[in-house]
Parts: sequence; C-alpha cells; structure tokens
Amino acid sequence: MVVLTIDRAIVDAIIAHARRDHPDEACGIVAGPVGSDKPSRHVPMQNAARSMTFYEFDSMEYLKVWRELDDRDEEAVVIYHSHTATEAYPSRSDASIAGWPDAHYLLVSTRDPAAEEIRSFRIVDGAVTEEPVRVVDATVDPHAVQTYMFGQSPATVDYECSGR
Amino acid sequence: MAIEVRIPTILRSYTGGAKVVEGGGDTLSELLSDLDSRHSGLRGRLVTEEGGLHRFVNVYVNDEDVRFLGALDTKLSDGDTVTILPAVAGGAFGFAAAAAMLGNRL
Repeated sequence: MVVLTIDRAIVDAIIAHARRDHPDEACGIVAGPVGSDKPSRHVPMQNAARSMTFYEFDSMEYLKVWRELDDRDEEAVVIYHSHTATEAYPSRSDASIAGWPDAHYLLVSTRDPAAEEIRSFRIVDGAVTEEPVRVVDATVDPHAVQTYMFGQSPATVDYECSGR
Repeated sequence: MAIEVRIPTILRSYTGGAKVVEGGGDTLSELLSDLDSRHSGLRGRLVTEEGGLHRFVNVYVNDEDVRFLGALDTKLSDGDTVTILPAVAGGAFGFAAAAAMLGNRL
C-alpha cells in the first residue's frame, strides 16, 4: 500500500498555515525531487478564492511556482488544502477537479482548534483512495534507538486510514 | 510557425508521453486545432462543447494567463511558449454549486 511519509516539521508548518488562514481555506504544496516521493520543501500558496468553502491556486503564483519546480528538478509531491468546518476528506469538487494523479492530496481540517486532523489521498480520474500518513521526526537520529519493537518507534506517528 | 506547448502529466496520454510538443496557429484556438490533428482528443480536454475554455484549466502564453488576453482568441506569434496547467482548486463546496460551476465536467 502507498503511504505518505512526511516530516513532522513540514506537517506542523502546513497545520500552522491552515490555522492562520482559518476560517478561509488554505492551500499549498510540498515539493520534492522528481521521482523521489519525498516531500521536502513547503510552499504555502495563496487561496485566490479567499473563501471558507472553496480554494483555488492563484493563476500567476501557480505558474511561477511550477517554473521554479522545473528549474530545481522538483515536482509537487504533496498538494494540500484545508477544510475549515468539515472533515479532512475530499469533496466532490476536490475529486472532480484534481489534475495531478501522481500527487498526494493532503487534507487538513481546522474545525477543532485543539485537534490535529490530517488525511492523505490519491485522486486519479476522479477516484479517491485514502492512504496512511506516516509522520517522521527527522530531528531524532533513528540509529540511536535500537530496542523498540515494531511499530513503537517514538519518532514516528502513524495515521491509519479511517476506513470510510 | 512553431509554438512550444508544455503539456502537464495528466494530458500526456494524448501526446505519447511528450512533455513538450510543437504546433502552429495565429490564435490559441487555431493552435489547439492544429495540436488536435496530431494528438486527437487534446482539444476536447481544454475546450467545452460550447466552445469556451474549461473553467478548471489554466493556459498561459509566455508569462500571461490567457483569461486576460482574450482566451481562445489570444494572438500567438512564432517563438511563443504556451503552458497548460490543470487548475488546483476545490474545497468543502456543496455538490450542486460545484456542479453548476463545473458545467458538463461532472
């Protein structure tokens, strides 16, 4: 099964962006080297719709960011946006508009100020498939910890699919 | 007249996997028809049955969004670069409202 593996610092930055723009929806990408499936550079983007129920990349910023990806041999490994009053699950419009079949579509819900709600999906030809999110803490050296049982690494949090 | 056209991943099934193709035409509409003669079906992904550009496709000539240049009537010149990007959009939007905005795409 495909898993999104993403650094804790990047998840924190995405959630901070979503909380900052709440109650409007926030959006952006995490870039990584082409073919690496490694999200490594967070690029918060403007929501041109400035709406509580809709988001859209600003057309000129989108072109600029995608040219920069090309120049750096990167691609959008993650495309994220927030839902501010509903669950972190793609809406019908999310699924029908999604145009990057190789990206992880990460959704953040900011409906509960105290809870962290993130989920990740593949969206291909309008079909939505959830995938687990593995948040890793790159500040901890994994070689320093050798005796944890499988699934108990303190540096990793696994978000399983919720089975919807 | 050669115009370079940059094709996003999702439309490369029409171009045999090519990331960049070339075409000709005095306007964007002519260019898309020219491309469609070699990459059948491509125009239909960008232009609606009513003859307008799809709402959720971004097309740029050099550094400009064609929505501000005259859409399909945008004039082209030799050496121009056309970039096609699928819009990144969505949100917790009601289905009926989204369907109205998307028109025949749903």
